[in-house]
Order: sequence, then C-alpha cells, then structure tokens
Amino acid sequence: MIHLARRSPLAGAGALIVGLVIVAALAAPLLATTDPIDQDLTAALQPPFWRPDGSLHHPLGTDHLGRDVYSRLIYGAQISLLIGVLAAFLGALVGVAAGLMAGYLGGRVDTVIMRLADLNLAFPLILLALAVVALLGANLRNLVIVMAITTWMIYARVVRGLSLGLREREFVQAARALGAHDARIIARHVLPNVLAPVIVIWTLEVARIILMESALSFLGLGVPPPTPTWGRMLAEGRDYLTVAGWIAIFPGLAILLTVLGINFLGDGLRDLLDPRLRRQT
Amino acid sequence: MRAYIAGRLATAVLVILGVSIVSFFLTFLTGDPAEIMLPPGATAAQIAKFRAEWGFDDPLVIQYWRFLKRAVHGDFGISLRHGQSSLPLIAARLPATFELTVTAMLLAIGLAVPLGVLAATHRGGPIDVLAMGVALVGQSVPNFWLAIMMILLFAVSWGLLPTSGRGGVAHVVMPAAAIAINLMALLTRLVRSTMIEMLAEDYVRTARAKGLRELFVTSRHALPNALIPLVTVIGLQFGYILGGAVVIETIFTWPGVGLFTIQAILNRDYPVVQAAVFILATAVVVINLTVDLLYVWLDPRIRVT
Repeated sequence: MIHLARRSPLAGAGALIVGLVIVAALAAPLLATTDPIDQDLTAALQPPFWRPDGSLHHPLGTDHLGRDVYSRLIYGAQISLLIGVLAAFLGALVGVAAGLMAGYLGGRVDTVIMRLADLNLAFPLILLALAVVALLGANLRNLVIVMAITTWMIYARVVRGLSLGLREREFVQAARALGAHDARIIARHVLPNVLAPVIVIWTLEVARIILMESALSFLGLGVPPPTPTWGRMLAEGRDYLTVAGWIAIFPGLAILLTVLGINFLGDGLRDLLDPRLRRQT
Repeated sequence: MRAYIAGRLATAVLVILGVSIVSFFLTFLTGDPAEIMLPPGATAAQIAKFRAEWGFDDPLVIQYWRFLKRAVHGDFGISLRHGQSSLPLIAARLPATFELTVTAMLLAIGLAVPLGVLAATHRGGPIDVLAMGVALVGQSVPNFWLAIMMILLFAVSWGLLPTSGRGGVAHVVMPAAAIAINLMALLTRLVRSTMIEMLAEDYVRTARAKGLRELFVTSRHALPNALIPLVTVIGLQFGYILGGAVVIETIFTWPGVGLFTIQAILNRDYPVVQAAVFILATAVVVINLTVDLLYVWLDPRIRVT
C-alpha cells in the first residue's frame, strides 16, 4: 500500500478510504455505539454532536425513529460492500469465461456470446434490475445475481478483445504446436495475460454496483428492512429534509466517499498494472 | 460500406428480437402470472378460467409468438391498473422523458467539452487539476443524493426552483443536472484525453508551424477530431441516461416514462412493465444504431474499410 501511495497519491488515498470502509464493515459490532435497529422514539430526530442540542451519545444524530445514524452508517457499509464485491466477482467469473471462449474459440461461439452481450448492453440496466428484483423479491441473493447480470458483458468484451490478440502470439502458437489442449492453453497462457485489466475493471465495477445497489435501495427495492442500507437511509431521510437534513446527508456522503475511494484505487491500479489502458476512460 | 450497414441493421433486428424475448419472460420469472394478476383470494376455478382466457395454458413458444405478433402491432395488453392499452399510456409520457434526457445530454456535453478542452490545453495546471477533480467526484456521486441535496439547497432553502413537476425551464434544470452529472464527468475525462492525443498529432504541429493562432489550432484542427469518439460514447451511454431518468423522475415526480414504469413495477402492472422495458430497450438499440451509422459518416477512414 505504501508502494502504491508513492507511485500514485490518488490511489493511495483511495486505498486508505477503501481500507477504512472495509474495517467499518468488518468491525461494525465493535465500532457501532448502539444497535443500528434499536428504536427510541424519545430520542427521535436528534442533531449531530456539533450542534447545540446534539450529544456524543449519537455522534451523527438520530433518525425519525430515534435510531443512531452513525451506527446505521457503519452497518450499512456491510451490505454495500458485500453486494458490490460479490456481484462484481460473479460477473467477472461469467464475463471472463465468456470473453475467453469468444476470443479464443471465435466463430459461432464468438457471435453468440457477443450478441448476448449486445443484448444485455441494450437494456437500461437499472430498469432491468428493478423489474427483476421486483418480480423475484428483494433479497441479498437476488440482488447479487441481478447486479452480476448488469456487469458480466463488460469483462466479456475486454477479455474477448485481448484474447483475440493473444491467440496469434508466438507463445500461444508454440503451445498449440506442442499439442496442448485448448482448455490448457486458455488457462495457462491466455488467462494470466488478461488478468490485469480484469482486476482494474473489477474494482471500477464494484464502485458502479454500489451506486446502483444504493439507487435500488433508495427506490425501496434493496435488501429489506430492518437491515440498514445507505440507500434506504437516504430515502427515509428525504421526508425530514427540512427538519433533520443529516439523516439524508450522511448516507449520501458515505456512498460518495466509498465510490470515490474505489474509483481512485481503480484508476491507480490501471496506471500501475496496465499502462496500455491508461488512455481509455 | 453497404455490407457494413446491412450487417449493422441485421444485428439491431436480432437484438430487438432478444429484447422482446426478455420482456416477454419478465412475466414468467415469478412463476404463475395468474396468481399474481388475480386478487389473492381467487378460487382454483377462477384461476383456471383466467389461464384459459389469457392463453397461459399454451406452450411458451406459442405464447411468445402471440406476444410478438401483438407487440408488432403495438399491442402489449391492457394495463391492470389503468384499464387502458399500455402502449398509448407509455407513449403519452415519452415526450416528458425525451425533454429531460435531451436536456441532460446537452447540459453534459455543453459543460464537458469546454472543461475537457481547457484541461487538455492547460495540462498539469490548476485548471486541469480542478477539471479532473470535478470529473472524479462527478463520476462517484450518487445522482439521487445530488438531486435531494439540490432540492434542499435551491428549492427548500433559497426558494429559487420548484421541487417537482414539469413546466418551464425552471422545472427541468435540477432533474436534468442530476442526470447529467455522471455523464458530464465521463465526457470531461474523455475529451481531455483525446484532446491531449490530438494536440500531439503532426497536423496540429503543422498548423502551429504555419503560424496559426493557438485558439484556431485548438478549435478548428484538434477539437473536431477529438469529438468523434465522443459520439460513440454518448450513444453507448444513452442506456445509462435512461436509467438515470428512471430514478430521477421519481424524485422530482417528473411525469415521464421512468416514473410511470417504477409505479408499474411497484404495482406489479405487468403489461405496462413489459411494454416499457421493450420500448426503452428498443430506443437504446435504435440510438446506438444511429450513432454507429453517424460514426461511419463522420469518420471517412471507417467508410473505406
């Protein structure tokens, strides 16, 4: 990490933010001051500690049900990270496999996979996710699957492009001449050479999925209550904007900072791992 | 050239067919449509009658064929909630969404191009750092949160803009800005990086060597070429813009397709959801096709190959 920070201060900052969010998510029971779903109507709508009538007991204030905003933020990090990381990983598994097959095998396999990717890209993804989640029910598993559906083709397209080029390279040709199996060539010679961009895409996709998950949650189609999610906290805070702005402001800042941190890290990794990708946005 | 256009058209038709299959199967994801569409207390006889009436007992392929035949004629069935044909319901709300998304795109392009060009021409300077900072934050900000913060600031605190609804320019500013922010950030980075490349090209050096003024070199020689990749990216981003509109319309109660679709999804109004998904996805396909063809026209090098 120190190495990363020296090479790219932005990536270092990103790593720091992401590290903090991960710690918050993992150590939530230790860091939270109160139970995130404990209601206390006598303490509803208390302001953050720096306001005259705020207290350190609820450092970031309380919401309309008297729940502690700070503790809910800490626990909310769990859901955001879990869905982001798992869905991006699942999408990567499918996308990389599809991209390798399309690029290396070519022909009809290539056509079918790429048309599927086109089809997937044509949908306004959030609309598809909304429809599917509304139909199948909003729970962790469904959200992860739906988010993975919105991300696999991004890996597939990049990996396909790279393996098309790799297929013609000497070391791959040599392996083939030696009689190696397609599966072995893909696993031993093509895959390792596409991993760097895949890691970069994975990072940036985690950020995009966290944004999308929070949007779904905001619309009421995220992980159901009482589990605290940043998106739903924001939606609930909307009704108290004028009297208790902090309920909506803090979860938004949490999403912004987390996504910003991951994007910094992703950009930094891109520069570090794969200078060829640097020009692309 | 002809072959390219024909191929591209064929692909678009295939993708639209795929879109129709997905829209069709959306209804079947939950299992039995009869159980969803009928009120909870329906008897077995009622369910059987409903299934027979709506043709849910036929093989899926036949049902799909029927759906497709109807869809071609613009018939996606009757909205369960509104009791009217779903397509006209959606069509009536398209202009509002069109107004919002086009304004958002123009806003994003209008801000991103000058910002990106300035960043490229002042590379490494304070303007560049500022522009990239704006872009990085703009890419990471949740647009619905920005929308709420804008409402808090411009509508609630300062009373400058209306909080919701559709009307004049004042109504469209905030929702369009909220949708535009992520695209603006992406385009700023893109314009900057392509401009930096273009400014290093030989023809730019030649133009400078001829003694042309820097402003002229930038705007007439480098910029037009830097804008070509922008066209593709904007086309590809159209799906995201529509997605953004879905969320933002609900915040500002903007009477467009997005708000209507969200309501349909929450009410489980399947004919409307099917029609909306089909129409919006088809719109994206058509826009992408147009952009690809425009690209061929813009960039003569592609025309030849």
